[in-house]
Amino acid sequence: MEFAELIKTPRVDGVVLHRPFMPTVEGTLCLTGHHLILSSRQDNTEELWLLHANIDSIEKRFVGSLGTIIVKCKDLRVIQLDIPGMEECLNIASSIEALSTLDSVSLMYPFFYRPLFEVIEDGWQLFVPEEAFKDLESMTDEWRLSEVNKDFSVCPSYPSLLTVPKDIDDESLCKAASFRHGGRFPVLSYYHKKNGMVMMRAAQPLTGTNGRRCKEDEKLINATLCAGKRGYIIDTRTIAVAQQAKARGGGFEQEANYPQWRRIHKAIERSNVLQEGLIKLVEACNDQSHSMDRWLSKLEASNWQSNVKEILTTACLAAQCIDREGASVLVHGTEGTDSTLQVTSLAQIILDPACRTIRGFEALIEREWLQAGHPFQQRCAQSAYSNGKPRSEAPVFLLFLDCVWQILRQFPCSFQFNENFLIMLFEHAYASQFGTFLGNSVAERLKLLLSQKTVSLWSWVNRPQELERFLNPLYEPNNLVIWPSVAPQSLLLWEGVFLRWNRSTKCLDEAYQEMVHIIEYNKELQNKVNSLRRQLAQLETEDGPLQTP
Amino acid sequence: MEHIRTPKVENVHMIDRLTPRKSTVGTLYLSSTHTIFVENSEARKETWVLHSLVYNVERFPTNPSGSPLIIRCKNFHVYRLLIPQERDCLDVLASLTRLSRPECYGELFCFSFNPNLDKELREKAWGFIDLKAEFNRMGIPSNLWHVTAANHEYRLCDTYPSELFVPKSAFPAVIVGSAKFRSRGRLPVLSYFHRDTSASICRSSQPLSGFSARSSDDEQMLQAIMKSNPISEFMYVVDTRPKLNAMANRAAGKGYENEDHYTNIKLQFIGIENIHVMRNSQQKLIDVGELAAPSMSDFLWGLENSGWLKHIKAVLDAGVFIAKAVAEDGVSVLVHCSDGWDRTAQACSVASVLLDPYYRTIKGLMVLIEKDWVSFGHKFSHRYAHLDGDPKEVSPVMDQFLECVWQLMQQFPCAFEFNERFLIQLHTHIYSCQYGNFIGNCQKERRDLRLQERTHSLWPHLWENRAEYTNPLYRTDHSQTQGVLKPLTTAYCFKFWKGMYGRAEKSVASHQSPADCLNAVREESQQLEEELSAHQERLAQLKEKKTSGGRKKTNKLSERVRRPIPTESKLSSPLDYFTTTRSEKHTPSFTLPLELAAPPKNGDPDDLSTCSDFESGVADLSSRSSFFFFFFFTCNSEKI
Repeated sequence: MEFAELIKTPRVDGVVLHRPFMPTVEGTLCLTGHHLILSSRQDNTEELWLLHANIDSIEKRFVGSLGTIIVKCKDLRVIQLDIPGMEECLNIASSIEALSTLDSVSLMYPFFYRPLFEVIEDGWQLFVPEEAFKDLESMTDEWRLSEVNKDFSVCPSYPSLLTVPKDIDDESLCKAASFRHGGRFPVLSYYHKKNGMVMMRAAQPLTGTNGRRCKEDEKLINATLCAGKRGYIIDTRTIAVAQQAKARGGGFEQEANYPQWRRIHKAIERSNVLQEGLIKLVEACNDQSHSMDRWLSKLEASNWQSNVKEILTTACLAAQCIDREGASVLVHGTEGTDSTLQVTSLAQIILDPACRTIRGFEALIEREWLQAGHPFQQRCAQSAYSNGKPRSEAPVFLLFLDCVWQILRQFPCSFQFNENFLIMLFEHAYASQFGTFLGNSVAERLKLLLSQKTVSLWSWVNRPQELERFLNPLYEPNNLVIWPSVAPQSLLLWEGVFLRWNRSTKCLDEAYQEMVHIIEYNKELQNKVNSLRRQLAQLETEDGPLQTP
Repeated sequence: MEHIRTPKVENVHMIDRLTPRKSTVGTLYLSSTHTIFVENSEARKETWVLHSLVYNVERFPTNPSGSPLIIRCKNFHVYRLLIPQERDCLDVLASLTRLSRPECYGELFCFSFNPNLDKELREKAWGFIDLKAEFNRMGIPSNLWHVTAANHEYRLCDTYPSELFVPKSAFPAVIVGSAKFRSRGRLPVLSYFHRDTSASICRSSQPLSGFSARSSDDEQMLQAIMKSNPISEFMYVVDTRPKLNAMANRAAGKGYENEDHYTNIKLQFIGIENIHVMRNSQQKLIDVGELAAPSMSDFLWGLENSGWLKHIKAVLDAGVFIAKAVAEDGVSVLVHCSDGWDRTAQACSVASVLLDPYYRTIKGLMVLIEKDWVSFGHKFSHRYAHLDGDPKEVSPVMDQFLECVWQLMQQFPCAFEFNERFLIQLHTHIYSCQYGNFIGNCQKERRDLRLQERTHSLWPHLWENRAEYTNPLYRTDHSQTQGVLKPLTTAYCFKFWKGMYGRAEKSVASHQSPADCLNAVREESQQLEEELSAHQERLAQLKEKKTSGGRKKTNKLSERVRRPIPTESKLSSPLDYFTTTRSEKHTPSFTLPLELAAPPKNGDPDDLSTCSDFESGVADLSSRSSFFFFFFFTCNSEKI
């Protein structure tokens, strides 16, 4: 298919761009296969480049022959384009609509994007399971890397290599897989070096209404317990939801069959509910006419903050079981690809200082989200402005990032990255020139040949020039477990995402610059003082034997 | 002393509601000024609670483990005690109830508080803020404004200061006549003069207009004010009340200016609610903070239901309106409400903070409070319940002003010289009665009480400790620091002030503050600068000596130990959480002896909380069942 067929009018002059809190720009609007570009005629300073993939929905309005298109983006920005001429406007609108809703993944921009930078470190090769396993091997010999899923037949959403207890053979794994939703049998998610406790994740067991059981599954998870120790199964669903799942063949671990495990139910919402929440929240944030009462009641009704609290609480609980109770943990929800991953990844941020570095966080996303089979393609197909019937889109990853932001805000010196890094990840998960977040699983990504045909986000981010923007100047590495507060008053609305386009950030940006300035000045002084100290020491030794000790 | 029924109770438990296992056992002492809890632990950590900061004391039914007693403070700290014997509990309750409600000024703490300053220093301290100099700074007196002696000996208005600034063109008869036409004689006088535009903010009480009364003197007075701003053709009269309230006042012979009688005025109602509404609103907000284990919905609903942020927005909107009129339109504004000492003070001072960068400095905010609140007559003793009196007179008027400033700090992080801690400290002292500044309701009362001879002034004390109250992001040459602030007042810009209202529970306070890190970095930079210049000097010396031959040298400077930056690892290492929690360092900052003897090191009231943070996630988790973790499990896991 040729993009040209979809572009009915490639270029319109005299288009006026309106953005809140920014001056209007008049210029020429151009449509390319992947971008909407507006450049001002006077000088080429003001340019807007918008990926079609970033466009969530558009609205058209006409006053006389002046058409207006309101473009609502997945990164939550709303812009308005005034286009002279009704026909041009209609053409542009239908072109954008077609280009922003392309079905075929291989037509997406990452397949056409050629980097203008030299790829020094290929992000596709950066986080391979074998490397992670080497680290694990240095700490414990109780685990092995299984190839049971090498052709993705045991579990299509799992990667080909999985870390499992040493004593469990591949045959047992297959049997356990047949007892778990989508074949997602329990695998290692995190090894807590401090006390050797582990966190595993899986999908729900297929107990069904007649209480099926699976000896291999039981054996598999029991193999992770030390003698005489108990473990905790954290089911991210309420007991009622878990009970209902039985009728559809799912269910939860019966205590009689897992006597060494204690089950705890939490209440993380299902993904379609989360999507509704996002839509409501963004709607509330975009209406500046709200009175205080209305704003607060809309914020409450969106349930977004409640979701953040529940997810974070569950992650804290998992971390607490591991670090404080000295117990191993198995986490699952229904499919094990959404709330489960939120919990296991956040728990690692709490427990493992390595996850709070840039590389560590990238590795975490790679491990716990991309390789663990979070269906990015489906979940991020639409964002807050989707007006169609939701299919499987849901802000699962955004909620995870929001929770990370909450922890970052509470521990501003514990993270190597800053808020911009999280916002960047949010943007790229929804629309990107990089292939990292395309596809729904490792198997799909292999099939799309992403690592050959597209550039990895990490190849770009990890370049020193780019990294600079994402470094937290306050970072002081520490080796501690950090326990965030999950009290409602400690959890704030993530303004950097939700109010990003609804206020001027000039003063906040200045404050950030000032902070950077203070810290850099300090570093500069330290360097100067150190070099002077060296000079002095040298001079003084040269100077004679009368050295004071 | 006669009110203390029992001076000492042993084996008292101090309960940490969120983390019960962190509760401590100790001895409770009652002194004439403080309740003191000394832990039995090795560190013997002391908690001092000033009686005058106690808002109420509540006893709960005795249970097998003892008699629970809750002490709630006016600065929103809450202490939960468990006293073994019911009798002791009743005694403590009765003593505290009496001690926390002084019946006359003489009983107030400020009259017994003695920080060991000699007489000379004390007198000097009272001259620390000079309002005459402040008006001079604004360019007053000028050819249009001058000071009037009309209120000498408080003849005209006993709640105003004796020195008032009025337009030069207003004759004495007009001044007197205008005072007669204003509620409690509070005539229109100058509060702030904006040099850039020559527009002014004047303040007064409501006119005694009723349904038809008028006063040509008052009309002339307003005319004179308007004329004092040569370039403008009209002036605003901002009635900060909701219009309905203002209209209701007409029936009582009061009300608002009739636009037909006054030439060239524009009347504007703002709609700040009265003190009773505000009192109830704040109580609801405090209740939200005290909820046992609130869900997010409970919290947000409670926040909405309290209406608190709505009221804060109204006050800020009033300030924004006035500031815009003065700075952008160059139009003078007369601000009033009913008596002109609550909402008027709020609106004028918020507008001043927006207009004038000086009021965004540490000294400037002191001056502003001294001017708009202390000097112009604000009923501190009534509003902040310094004395046992009519509970209907109590209202968080000043709290709201301080919160408006805090909300502005969120939007303009570089614009203020002071930090949140400064606002919280001011808030505490407005209630504490430790210093004489906020005693009494007006200048006359303070003079009659001879406060300057008998008490101490807070301002120099705060000034000496200003390093603690400094915002590291503030720079005088920064663009945010200069000019008029134009805040956004959309509903979503307002936040719950956790540092103030989240203090009922230590454990939920913030973990680390970037500001504290930055302050430490800046302090270090300062030392490095010194070291650098010393090294450079030394280097030059050495190079010189090379020619003249070596001598013994001291290596002092290069050996100097660098002050380490307090890093997070220090703040949050588990060891710290368990050991320093009970050390003196974390005694609440308002306690008297420590505050003077040794200003808190890292000084942060939030530091209190840092220590418990390690547990906070745990604590919050378990709070669902408000019990131990174990209980939490049994509650949430289903039994089969």
